[in-house]
Amino acid sequence: MNDMRIAERTVSTNTAKITARGVQVYYGENHALKDVDIDILSGTVTAFIGPSGCGKSTFLRCLNRMNDTVASARVLGEIKLDGEDIYDKRVDPVTLRARVGMVFQKPNPFPKSIYDNVAYGPKIHGLTRNKTELDEVVETSLRKAALWNEVKDRLTAPGTGLSGGQQQRLCIARAIATSPEVLLMDEPCSALDPIATAQVEELIDELRSQFSVVIVTHSMQQAARVSQRTAFFHLGNLVEYGETGQIFTNPRDPRTESYITGRIG
Amino acid sequence: MSVGLLTLIILGLAAAGFLLGRQRALSAVKGDARALHSLPSFYGWSVFLFTAVPALLVMVAWLFLQPTLLETRITNTLPAAETATSSTDLVMADVRRLADGLDVLVAREGLDTAAVAALAADLPALSDRMAGVGVAFGADLDPAIFNAAIAYRDLGASLTGMMTIAALIVAAGGFLFALMRVHPEQRARNLVEQFIVVLLIASSLIAVATTFGIIASLVVESWHFFRIYPASEFFFSTTWNPQFRGGSDLGLWPLVWGTIYVSFIALVVAAPIGLMAAIYLSEYASPKVRATAKPLLEILAGIPSIVYGLFALVTVGPILRDWLAMPLGLGNSSSSVMTAGLVMGIMLIPYVSSLSDDIINAVPQAMRDGSFGLGATQSETVKRVVLPAALPGIVGAVLLAASRAIGETMIVVMGAGAAAKLSVNPFEAMTTVTVKIVSQLTGDTEFASPETLVAFALGLTLFCFTLGLNVLALVIVRKYREQYE
Ligand SMILES: Nc1ncnc2c1ncn2[C@@H]1O[C@H](COP(=O)(O)OP(=O)(O)O)[C@@H](O)[C@H]1O
Ligand SMILES: [Mg+2]
Repeated sequence: MNDMRIAERTVSTNTAKITARGVQVYYGENHALKDVDIDILSGTVTAFIGPSGCGKSTFLRCLNRMNDTVASARVLGEIKLDGEDIYDKRVDPVTLRARVGMVFQKPNPFPKSIYDNVAYGPKIHGLTRNKTELDEVVETSLRKAALWNEVKDRLTAPGTGLSGGQQQRLCIARAIATSPEVLLMDEPCSALDPIATAQVEELIDELRSQFSVVIVTHSMQQAARVSQRTAFFHLGNLVEYGETGQIFTNPRDPRTESYITGRIG
Repeated sequence: MSVGLLTLIILGLAAAGFLLGRQRALSAVKGDARALHSLPSFYGWSVFLFTAVPALLVMVAWLFLQPTLLETRITNTLPAAETATSSTDLVMADVRRLADGLDVLVAREGLDTAAVAALAADLPALSDRMAGVGVAFGADLDPAIFNAAIAYRDLGASLTGMMTIAALIVAAGGFLFALMRVHPEQRARNLVEQFIVVLLIASSLIAVATTFGIIASLVVESWHFFRIYPASEFFFSTTWNPQFRGGSDLGLWPLVWGTIYVSFIALVVAAPIGLMAAIYLSEYASPKVRATAKPLLEILAGIPSIVYGLFALVTVGPILRDWLAMPLGLGNSSSSVMTAGLVMGIMLIPYVSSLSDDIINAVPQAMRDGSFGLGATQSETVKRVVLPAALPGIVGAVLLAASRAIGETMIVVMGAGAAAKLSVNPFEAMTTVTVKIVSQLTGDTEFASPETLVAFALGLTLFCFTLGLNVLALVIVRKYREQYE
């Protein structure tokens, strides 16, 4: 199975953005993630699927060291971003997270104005020289998140006053305002209605041209719609990883097949 | 029969009612509890409640009314000569004391009614024996008072006897009534639950009614005050100089100024320290540190304020005087606004920190994750996301601390003294509204002069002050609560 994966990567035109080798995660005694090897390609949407509690979020949170904020979590193994080990002592998790942005399951805009929500990242990282530049960053981020037209007249209104779908797009705008290289999304649509979901999915497809996107999803249709690559996790193992089309039409592992056909879940 | 014994008997009857009611319900269905509308114990409880509650209510109402009745009846029998020379209240007080003293004598020496009546023969000797049981009379005992006391005891005893009978009749009536009603179809559970609802309503009414009662008494007494002292003087004069011979200046401002000054210093100490402690505890401390540090801080809140007052009196006051006030030429008093403010601030630290800690903890973790996910550091997250989100709640916490500072008395007496003064020098002795309320009411003055009644006007002012602060705090806190819902 490993050989297959390597073969696929060589034919792909995209290079590996993140390479993970032998990643283990423990929460105290609980071995939540077992020996995960994966290459995440640049310019690609990668979907993580699998039953609840199989470690998708855990792995996603390894990629920007958000697990550091969980006291009981312990991460072993090697994860490289552009060839550089992100768990190296010299790497500051704070700057790493500016390069690897994250969007959460539940929209979590800050109780600030829409403008301040988007300007938050650029401000703390000092990405702009003056107010005009900041205005520009806010506008382009909101445009990329397909939210600009809906909020341009009320940038000073609180972000918490938007609808669920708008809030989630605001969080995406907030994440892309720091111009990350990778965007991690943990079930970004699970709290949204179908229309908002469709908008966010469309957005994800557009974001692919600038970022590597990794999306955790519970919906196999969504994985099939938005991703080019799919990874299937089960009980803390990465069972299968490959082209989305292949995973859904011709899975190699019986566990993947059972999950896709709805027999485990 | 004593009240305690009567209560026991009623409760005993009620307990028997419980067992019998339960038994009766069960035997009506031949022990098959499924055929009953409610669980068997509900039938028992319904009998219990019908037996105990009305009887106890009768008893309580009787105990409330009895003294008034007794008083008026005996007052009417007093000879006119008695009430002519001194006030009826004083005479009645003597009668009551003598009656109580006789009760003690009877209990101690086992006198019968005849022996008690015989005591009238030698009143001076009785006076000595009274002194022996701790009831001292200044002048010689007056036969009229002795007769009134005897009548007082007799009437009291017969009233108590009537109460006993009435309560027992009501208890027995309730017992029989409820027991007869026990029937498999009876909705005993609903009955008991309704009863409990009534009990809960009554309890909350007591709390509310007490509040209104206190406010009403403040308002009424303040009104008496303003009838004999001009309100314009009270609200606009800047001197506080009570004279117990009349002609006092009772200006509010020196006291309000002292209150505000002391509370302000206390908050300047407590708010930043408490808030920073809260931030450390909720955002930085490891669970272990938090688990020990938080209770320790809260112990600080359990220290009685008089202990802080001692600390102010013997430690902080002299230190401030010797190291700050004297070298800077700002005075040589060891009581000062600064002393009281500092110590009160220390007292309020745990108050602010524990409330703020709860509020900061209530900020959803998702906010912090969002901020960390954008590459913010811990301190940026605290400063830019957590604190702004918690700010309204923190303001509420500080306002609640402020209303405690305003109401504090002991620390002020011991730390800042009792001299009312309008001054900006923080090393001078000043005093606050609460301290003056206490000092106006201690002492043997008649309860009708402006000098004592002013205490109620001051109390009302203080009440309005803290009520305003509390309402403000509650409004802010409530607004904050809505934010994440
Ligand atoms: N903060 C945490 N502390 C302890 N255990 C956790 C924590 N987060 C996740 N886990 C455990 O790790 C395993 C994987 O969880 P997660 O990665 O959230 O699964 P998924 O996102 O695939 O549903 C689960 O068994 C879960 O109980
Ligand atoms: Mg998850």
